[in-house]
Amino acid sequence: MEQSQVAEHPHPTAATYLRIAAILTIITVVEVGVFYVPAFHPVMAPILLTLSAVKFVLVVMFYMHLKMDRPFFTFLFGGPFLLAAAVMIALLFLFGVFALGR
Amino acid sequence: MSSAATAHHTSMGLDSRKMAFWAFIGSECLLFGSLISTYLVYQGRSVSGPTPAQILNIPVTSISTFDLLMSSLWMVLALAAVQRGDMKWARIWLLGVAIGGLIFLGFQFYEFSSFVHEGLTLQANLFGATFFVLTGTHGAHVAVGVLWMLTLWVRALQGKLGQEHAITVEIAGLYWHFVDVVWIAIFTLVYLLHK
Repeated sequence: MEQSQVAEHPHPTAATYLRIAAILTIITVVEVGVFYVPAFHPVMAPILLTLSAVKFVLVVMFYMHLKMDRPFFTFLFGGPFLLAAAVMIALLFLFGVFALGR
Repeated sequence: MSSAATAHHTSMGLDSRKMAFWAFIGSECLLFGSLISTYLVYQGRSVSGPTPAQILNIPVTSISTFDLLMSSLWMVLALAAVQRGDMKWARIWLLGVAIGGLIFLGFQFYEFSSFVHEGLTLQANLFGATFFVLTGTHGAHVAVGVLWMLTLWVRALQGKLGQEHAITVEIAGLYWHFVDVVWIAIFTLVYLLHK
């Protein structure tokens, strides 16, 4: 096995890590703000789920280094993650959580 | 640990320890997926209180969420320090991660205690059962992470953790960040979108 196949792309710098932390903090503040501002309540679920997904992706891509690591690791994580998400959505439909419209 | 300095590569050219750990994290996705699903399926179906709206403390949980996010930052800074051989800062950041985890657990202990005081127990209703199992399982993962970080910190103090052991710290970091992303999901689905 050639060494080049083993090597990964370099990890982000400390400055990148700090920028990601700042973005994560801002998103968390916005999430809590959305929770408390009544004007957002009709669209609270899609906004919060989107913000949460952005935080999730940022941590996985930059802090867990999937963005610059070998693609097989993305497969090892992404496969079970998508399966878990599919099972979750299926269960919510099966138990009528969406149909209840609460 | 001299073995940690030795490369363990699969025929695919991947580090076998890292590959195994990503597979483990994949299995953890299924575990937490099932626990979160169970919470959501039974959400709003308790026949008696306390209900989430009555009892969840969003300001306190927001602070503990921020604490866990910052501990993830300290974790990557610890890894970066180990990778460049700066063991002084590696020790500082590793201890910071462990303290951040302990603070999170302190918040969780406070939350659980106040909930029990207000009548929410595992047996009280469906909300109590699913909430404590989900957040308790996550808390147990944080506790394991804290022990792991303290172990790395002690090894660094003993001079047994160096630049050549960066992969050991990276794998510990993968675990810590996974615990963080699970909390990102729990914070939104359980706390902010409660019914």
